[in-house]
Order: sequence, then structure tokens, then C-alpha cells
Amino acid sequence: MKTYDIVIVGGGPAGLAAAVAAKEQGIDKILILERDAELGGILNQCIHNGFGLHTFQEELTGPEYAGRFIDQVKELGIPYLLHTMVLHIDHRKRVTYVNQQDGMCQIQAKSLILAMGCRERSRGALNIPGYRPAGIFSAGTAQRLVNMEGYLPGKKVVILGSGDIGLIMARRMTLEGAQVEAVAELMPYSGGLKRNIVQCLDDFQIPLLLSHTVVRIEGKERLRSVTLAQVGQDRKPIPGTERTYECDTLLLSVGLVPENELSRETGMKMNPVTAGPVVDEKLSTDIRGIFACGNVLHVHDLVDYVSEEAGAAGKNAAEYVKRDHDQPEEGKTAPYEFEQEPGESAPIEIVVRGGVRYTVPALIHARPPKEDVTIRFRVGNVYRNCYVAVYVDEERILRRKKQIMAPGEMETVVVKKELLTGQTQTVTVCIEEA
Amino acid sequence: MEIRKLTCIGCPMGCALSVTMEGKEVKSIEGYTCKRGKDYAAKEVTNPRRIVTSTVRISQGVLPVVSVKTKEDIPKEKILDCMHALDGIQVTAPVRIGDVIIDDIAGTGVALVATKNVEAS
Repeated sequence: MKTYDIVIVGGGPAGLAAAVAAKEQGIDKILILERDAELGGILNQCIHNGFGLHTFQEELTGPEYAGRFIDQVKELGIPYLLHTMVLHIDHRKRVTYVNQQDGMCQIQAKSLILAMGCRERSRGALNIPGYRPAGIFSAGTAQRLVNMEGYLPGKKVVILGSGDIGLIMARRMTLEGAQVEAVAELMPYSGGLKRNIVQCLDDFQIPLLLSHTVVRIEGKERLRSVTLAQVGQDRKPIPGTERTYECDTLLLSVGLVPENELSRETGMKMNPVTAGPVVDEKLSTDIRGIFACGNVLHVHDLVDYVSEEAGAAGKNAAEYVKRDHDQPEEGKTAPYEFEQEPGESAPIEIVVRGGVRYTVPALIHARPPKEDVTIRFRVGNVYRNCYVAVYVDEERILRRKKQIMAPGEMETVVVKKELLTGQTQTVTVCIEEA
Repeated sequence: MEIRKLTCIGCPMGCALSVTMEGKEVKSIEGYTCKRGKDYAAKEVTNPRRIVTSTVRISQGVLPVVSVKTKEDIPKEKILDCMHALDGIQVTAPVRIGDVIIDDIAGTGVALVATKNVEAS
């Protein structure tokens, strides 16, 4: 069995940044496994601009942003396999993949970085009643058809869900000559970024119908119409508010779900809120030597943060390979618990309260940690004029005023390493009203 | 005095901007958190501009289309002119990021450039 220091599952923005960071730490035996025909992942179909303001201080399109990292991977001579599907990984960091060149292959990694990204929630997950005609696409599928394959999937469009991809596609379809009738959003606020509402809907006078959903789909061969209705506070349709829109296309932009089928096969601990693995401050899962980063861990709003997080995962994986790696123990069937040295105290738990849905990381092992701990989180509702507060045990160490916080935008706080001592038991992140 | 409320599009923060105008003159700008935001607000009320991104057909490439953008932002009212101008354009692979597809798109004085490397098939 071939052995690699670090195997990276996924050649999108997370996998690329992790690979570059690991290589820069002096790790040479790296392999990136990518199922698509090229590196870059979903960025290749995100042809709109707005990427890279944090990383490169300039505004790039998705393919340009990916191109910067692909160039680095190529310049550094990091090996990668395309058209390669990973079928299985296990807790001993053995990876089974298949491609046309090698057939089915098994390789051993000293460290594994999970960077599989996420995928779109589908119609099936929503229980929309009605027929199943042609013309119903996830927004990302439509994006790929238009931007990479050169097809316009429809002429008259209704979009359900105001996630960023839906907003971006409202503009894209409009520019390509389609008529976008409306964007309907179940919630009383948009899940997308403000800039996208302004640039993709307002610029083209496309109505955003908040607290609306699809209640009927008509058409047998091809979609003929969808019926939207207003919903009440219980998110149930209000009878009498139905309005039918003739259209040939319905795009669904109703959320992203981390793609963790492979992760689950290892038996690693998962977070039911993010649908991603539970990780510590080193982005290590509870299986020694397996790290996770990017949208497989939790869905990000900005690719810049993915690159930053993945860079940290790559660096930490490199350190693990250099210092901590031990040979996989044959015959051990249960996953390892989070590493805990003899005599070492239990990890610091990161507790969420008052509107914070989750944090990444969920726990902190080293005390004090080697570096300040970046905690990323999302809130569960729209909050105006409130405070993000961080407590170390009972003591408040940070309180930052926020004019607005919304579920669509990821928030970040940094906890200074020296504040976390041997006695620290919990770090609490919460929203406090003014 | 007129107060115009805007949402900054410079970055995903989406700062709520408030511009006080007197006729066509900007009197004051509030709500920005960086220089970009201030510049955007001033520009958006006097001369709104956008970067346009799209695709053009490519022959003999590994993909049928290559993504493009206006190298700089163009006047907002020129967006559809720009789309019409790139309709029917066909380039031949290989194309590299930054390659100029059209020198001056829709009389804006701004070039249309490729944003993706597409290899020849």
C-alpha cells in the first residue's frame, strides 16, 4: 500500500489552501484527490466577482481566486489526481479511491485532511407538493449549466430561497435574457449577503418576497407554473394569499449541507448543528491525525475564511506528521478519542448561549494554546444593536457592539491564548441584548 | 437636503450608509467602516458603476464557454449594453486568465478579459 504524509480529500478552495500550507511546512508527500475534471471546486462555476478581498486585497471572480491557489499548488509541485472519487476512509487513515487510470486503490495516510465541501439541499428535503416536471433545478446546478456548460436552463424563472447562490443566479439568468419573476424566501429575512440583494435583485427590480413559499407546482412534461403563498409566524402558508406565477423554471436555493458521508464512515464525532465533524482549536477531529476544514466542517459565507481555516488545518496536519505521528495500530477498531496526555486536564469546552447556534472549534485542548484561538460562529436569528460577548469561565473578556447580525453571515471572535490557563473550564460565546 | 440610504456592496459586511445630498452635491456620508465604503457611497449617488461578469463561447476548448469580466467597473446603465456586446463573441482555446477578449466593451473604454484558464481540448 502506498503511503503518504498527508492525503487531502477534495481539491476545492479548502483542499488547495491546506495543501499549500502543509507543503510550506516542509511536508513533501502530499496527495490531493479531486473528483472533478479540474482543481478549484465550486469556485469554477462562481464566475461573479467579490472573492479575495481579505486574502488578496482585490476583488476577484471565483475562477480567478481558485486560479491563484491552483498556480501555487502547481508551482510547489504538489501531486494531485483528477477524476478521482474517494469511496471510503477509515479511522486508521486508509483511503480507498477509484479512477479510470488506477482502478480501485487503497493508500495509507499519516494524516488526512477532509476538504469535501458541501452540497445543496434538494427539493426532496423540502416536501414541496405537486408534480415532478422538468425545469426544477438547484440554483447551483443552474449555475454550472449556464457558466460552465453554456446552457440556459429556462426563460421564465421563479427562485425559492434567498441564499447567495439563488440571488447570484437571479442576476445571471436576467443578464442571459431570462425573466426572473420573483425570489421567494420562507423566513422574514434573507439568508443571503446584503451586497447580493442590492446588486442582484435591486439593480434589476426583481421582487424579494419575504415570508413566502411554494405551495403548488404545475406541469407534467415541463414546469408550467408555481404558486407562492405568504406564510405566518409558524411558517405555514396563509390561505387566500396564494398567487400563481407562470414559469418554466424553478430554482431552489434553500441551504447547503456539509458533505460528510466519508467522515461518518470513520465513526468520528459529528456536530448535529453544523452537520460537520466536531473539531478542536487545531481543526483536529476526535480521530488523531484527521483534520477538517472549509465547508465540510461548517458552511462559510466567504471563501477567504475557508482559505484561512484550511491554511491552519494544513499547518496543523504538517506539525502532526512531523511530531506526533505514530504508526496506525493494527487491530484497533474503535475511533480514538480526542488526544489527552496522561496527567493533562480535560479540554476547555466552548459553550454557546443566547442566539449563537454553534462555534468552530467546539473545544480547546492545549492550555495555553500555541496561538490565539479564532472562534467562528453563526447566529440563529437577526439581531440588531446587540453585543457579542465572550466569557472565560465567569469572567467576560470581550464585549463587542454589533449593529446587525444575521444567520447568513459568519461571525468571528479571537480569544487571546494567555487568557486560557490550566484552570479554565469553559469559554462561552453569546449574544447579549443592549 | 436629501438623505439617501444605501447598502454598501464593497464587501460582504453590507454596511448601512447614509448620504446627505444637496442637489447633486454630497454633503456628508455616514455609516461606513472603511474607505471603500465611503468611496462607494460617494460614487453610488453620483456615478453608480458595476463590474459585469459573464461568459463567452470558446471553440476547441475543454469547456464550451469561458468566464469573462469587465476589467474595471462600468456605468450601471451600461450593463445590458455590455451583455449585448459580448453576445455572439467566440474565442479559440487556449485562453488564459487576463487575456483581453474585447478592448473596449460597449463604448465604456473598459476591456473585457477572461477570468479562467481554458486549455485546448
